[in-house]
Amino acid sequence: MVLLIQYTLIFASVLVLVALGGCFSEHSGVINIGLEGIMVMGALGGALAMKFLPETLAAPLMILLVILSSVVIGMIFSLLLGVAAIRFNADQTLVGTALNLLGPAIAVVLVRAINSAESADNVSSAVSYGQEKKAFLANIGDFEFNWFMLIAFLVLIASYIVLYKTKFGLRLCACGEHPQAADSVGINVYKMRYAGVLISGALGGLGGLVYITAGVSEWKFENGVAGFGFLALAVMIFGQWKPVNIGLAALLFGLFRALSNVYTGFDALVALQIPSTVYNMLPYIISLIVLVFVSKKSRAPKAEGIPYDKGQR
Amino acid sequence: MNSESKKRESLLRNSGLQTIIGSLLCIVVGLLIGYIVLLIINPSGAGSAISAILKNFLYYPSAAASMKYFGTTLVKASALLMCSLSVLFAWKVGLFNIGAAGQYVIGAGACLYCGIKFGLPWYLCLIAAIVAAAIVGGISGALKAYFNVNEVISCIMLNWIGLYSVNMLLAKVKEQSTPYTKPLSSVNKSALLPNAGLDKIFTNNQFVTIGLPLAVIMAILVWIVLEKTKFGYELKATGMNKHAAKYCGMKEKRNIIITMVISGGLAGLGAGIFYLTGIEQWMVQQTSIPGMGFNGIAAAFLGGSNPIGVIFSSYFIQHITSGGTYVDKTVYCSQISDLISAFIIYLCGFVLFFKMWLNRFLDKRDEKQAAREVKGGKA
Repeated sequence: MVLLIQYTLIFASVLVLVALGGCFSEHSGVINIGLEGIMVMGALGGALAMKFLPETLAAPLMILLVILSSVVIGMIFSLLLGVAAIRFNADQTLVGTALNLLGPAIAVVLVRAINSAESADNVSSAVSYGQEKKAFLANIGDFEFNWFMLIAFLVLIASYIVLYKTKFGLRLCACGEHPQAADSVGINVYKMRYAGVLISGALGGLGGLVYITAGVSEWKFENGVAGFGFLALAVMIFGQWKPVNIGLAALLFGLFRALSNVYTGFDALVALQIPSTVYNMLPYIISLIVLVFVSKKSRAPKAEGIPYDKGQR
Repeated sequence: MNSESKKRESLLRNSGLQTIIGSLLCIVVGLLIGYIVLLIINPSGAGSAISAILKNFLYYPSAAASMKYFGTTLVKASALLMCSLSVLFAWKVGLFNIGAAGQYVIGAGACLYCGIKFGLPWYLCLIAAIVAAAIVGGISGALKAYFNVNEVISCIMLNWIGLYSVNMLLAKVKEQSTPYTKPLSSVNKSALLPNAGLDKIFTNNQFVTIGLPLAVIMAILVWIVLEKTKFGYELKATGMNKHAAKYCGMKEKRNIIITMVISGGLAGLGAGIFYLTGIEQWMVQQTSIPGMGFNGIAAAFLGGSNPIGVIFSSYFIQHITSGGTYVDKTVYCSQISDLISAFIIYLCGFVLFFKMWLNRFLDKRDEKQAAREVKGGKA
């Protein structure tokens, strides 16, 4: 049971972070389908930082540097979307998809190059960080507390405050609802959209780092992040683009994802004799069902996906 | 103004030519970026690596061997062509079928299961692949039409659901000692697509089958349906503005579903003409979705979302993907080709902007020329 809660919380943390990233980007008016790719790049940044930083580094410094590395890489990568979508009016779905393919490709090529440079026989695309990962963990009895859970919770609160209580957040939302109106009162729509995309890059990258450190101590980058970026988008839609709802939705999805890791610990579930593959499918099936129920009365930002054209009325 | 420059001008204004120039630029820049990445990894072998990617089957010195591997590349390219047609067909109707990958997986599962388990002949297996994939595509379409579920997200979810289900299904017909499905050539020869003498052209490459001409015929068929029929016109009208289409008396919901059904069927056919050649067995422990459907997106946009254009772009994408396997594996890895094609998709996003910029540039030049002529007339 403790294990289930632990996994639920850690997977929910991933989903909260990434979904909030998507939320910021969409409130500014840019659809970020590329979160999956951004997650992979953020994970890569974090994993490489853990690989190359000395094991003896003090835990707080380690945490800070690793997080910083994945956040920065995520932001740089998200700029690819930002520049294409905001400056060059590119189709946001197309460019987002390109990011999703680009992220894993870059990660695999880079990791393999690093691995085979170390020893010629090593052609795997895995980075291991068993020792370094321990900096993020603290045991409370049986419960393995991960600092990321706290970080995700803080980010959730911060997002709520930023989006609803600050000038910046309200302006950001205005750009996603009616950019022309926002422009007419002197808000720089382009700047706001860049800000939205960069925040999504930062949170997406961080989410990727949390995902690969959840439960495993090495990551094979060939697998990408197994559709988690898209699950986060489903969480965002289920949460109707509102931070608090996103937090609750993430807990629900996190629970189903956690089940596939720990269902063997429950006698009742084992007795059902459902193949483990079904548990792997569960989060995706649930999200499809959930989407059916919530998409009809969607409260998506009105101007999302539409390139901003100053001359248009 | 002399007539020659006027002619060149009007040619540059041709939208089709602009698309071709744009696509070629994407390829050149994409390859350049790939080259730079190779240089960063290891400067000494980068030149030979990029030429290995571009040469692909020409890597083999003997003509017979390279012809054989040319055939293999063509077989893969024909499957890719079907996937990119699938993406393209949906795109023309305003839908982004990122689920081509999953529909392809479902098609593969259906045709292999029918072939191995039930011993059905190839044409029934092919139909099974098409039908199964069409149903999955139809689910995304119905969710979009009736519940307003974003097709990109539902497609991704179905991709993963499809992968896991097919793994589960095909685990029942796998070889005892390996994670691969039983080879069709030993279990059920009748499920293999007929060669129709095509294998002779490619140095007895038994994988070259009627799938090859079939894919090209489908491309032409898609072009005819989209450009020359009322049905295609209705679909495209729905894609441009579904409210206007509804107002004109078209059944916009039905059109969305039909589009996704056809789109799925095309991807399923792609899986059929690939796996029913016996070229590859399905690995039932796969944890990642085959890249065919995603490369289909690259090919569709690189081909300027034109059914005839994608015949060439599919071949190109497959050519560099296959070429990637010939790079020096001790230094680089074959995924460098995926990197290049991913960059090409990214760059395709800029083609529209490029066309706009080109037109503006031509306008300015025309204006200047007109102004100069007026001046010249006065003097």
